Amino acid sequence: MSTPPKIHLENVCKSFGPKDVLTGIDLDIAPAESVVVIGGSGTGKSVLLKCVLGLLTADSGTIEVDGTDITHVAANDRDETNKKFGMLFQGGALFDSIPVWENVAFGLIQGSGMSRADAKERSIETLAKVGLSKDVGALSPAELSGGMQKRVGLARAIAGSPEIIFFDEPTTGLDPIMADVINDLIVACVKDQGITALSITHDMASARKIGDRIAMLYHGKLIWIGAADDVDHSSNDYVDQFVHGRADGPIHMELRR
Amino acid sequence: MNFLAVIGRVVLRFLEQLGRFTLFTLTSVSHCVRPPIFPRLIGRQMIDIGYYSLPVVGLTAIFSGMVLALQSYTGFARFNAESAIANVVVLSLTRELGPVLAGLMVAGRIGASMAAEIGTMRVTEQIDALTTLSTNPYKYLIAPRLIAGLLMLPLLVLVADIIGVFGGYIVGVYKLGFNPNVYLSNTIDFLEPIDVISGLVKAAVFGFIIALMGCYNGFNSKGGAQGVGSATTNAVVSSSILILVFNYMITELFFSV
Repeated sequence: MSTPPKIHLENVCKSFGPKDVLTGIDLDIAPAESVVVIGGSGTGKSVLLKCVLGLLTADSGTIEVDGTDITHVAANDRDETNKKFGMLFQGGALFDSIPVWENVAFGLIQGSGMSRADAKERSIETLAKVGLSKDVGALSPAELSGGMQKRVGLARAIAGSPEIIFFDEPTTGLDPIMADVINDLIVACVKDQGITALSITHDMASARKIGDRIAMLYHGKLIWIGAADDVDHSSNDYVDQFVHGRADGPIHMELRR
Repeated sequence: MNFLAVIGRVVLRFLEQLGRFTLFTLTSVSHCVRPPIFPRLIGRQMIDIGYYSLPVVGLTAIFSGMVLALQSYTGFARFNAESAIANVVVLSLTRELGPVLAGLMVAGRIGASMAAEIGTMRVTEQIDALTTLSTNPYKYLIAPRLIAGLLMLPLLVLVADIIGVFGGYIVGVYKLGFNPNVYLSNTIDFLEPIDVISGLVKAAVFGFIIALMGCYNGFNSKGGAQGVGSATTNAVVSSSILILVFNYMITELFFSV
């Protein structure tokens, strides 16, 4: 790769007590590239994301963003890096004590110190980008449907014009049509604006659509990385089993019998 | 199982908890005194803790004052010491019952709601979302609550003192047949500033404890609805016990010879 990577992970390990969740993750994400990490439930996809975000601290290894080592800097102490990040949480994680528009404008008001009036205007523009009208801005997050919450979450993630966005299972819990709407929005917001994206999902339709490259996480390691188009003929039994959703194969779910 | 190993494990876990709690307290306090502070948030918490607790605290105070007057009358009449009733009422209220009863009532009301609110924010990833939006959760969630608790409890207790004395006055004058002027002058003549001040100091400490335990338990809750439930319980129980412990220690500080 000729251009320096936007995000560089080298041998990242993380364990909780005796449980080794990540056992050496190597991944480079180029600027404006969208990488999707797939893997079964409980394989550590969220942990990987949280290590990069700084919500968890990796036990060993290196995490660099734009060449700056942030491995051991807690999220609360890395304001400059945080400003480059946007994050769409799995459940939306909207603040339910404030109205929708203020949710979207939150990073602008609290993080960047923009005035409330300007931030509100910006927030309504951003809501329009994800297909929500001005009226929605006045509602409280609890009044929204799941799909709308996801869209507001997406609006909040892109409102601060981040350079990197993380998506945690962006389509989980949505019907297939709404999932595709969200995928389209992600593509529109991310690919078309040259934002770097790291997503985790187990929804293959979503992975194919939003990812340039797909990586498969299994037993704490990325066992396969390749172009999104190659995922169907990866000649990797693990990936094959996952992509086609088969119970039989090299991957055994840890079930108690 | 090895008996010593069990003891060791329990002690280690206790020390770990203690360390985590101390670290949490220090971090929170440091965010209370370092700018930026959020006046809007502090104001909202002050209204929540102070204004909305008034009915509960007022009712507690008026009945405590009334029952104090009645009880001390039935007791003191045996020694022909009825004239000391006004004095007993005002001293018990300002030194002990005002701060302790107000503290316990507010612990149930505010401590529980803080733990539940922050706990829910934790399990729905809203606290992680704060961090990714460049907002320090200690600064945004915890510092305003600690400051508001520290400031509002003394005010509440001052009101409780006055209402309590009024309750004693009602029983003294209308039921026990005291002369109103004599009752009032008995109340005021023997009251020293230190009686009220010690009560207000207690109140400030209790307010801090309530907010701290509510925030700590909420902040560290995990595991969904059940986790939030036990965080709420722990917040109320631990702050109630700490209030009683600190009540003794502060009394010792002020009045031991």
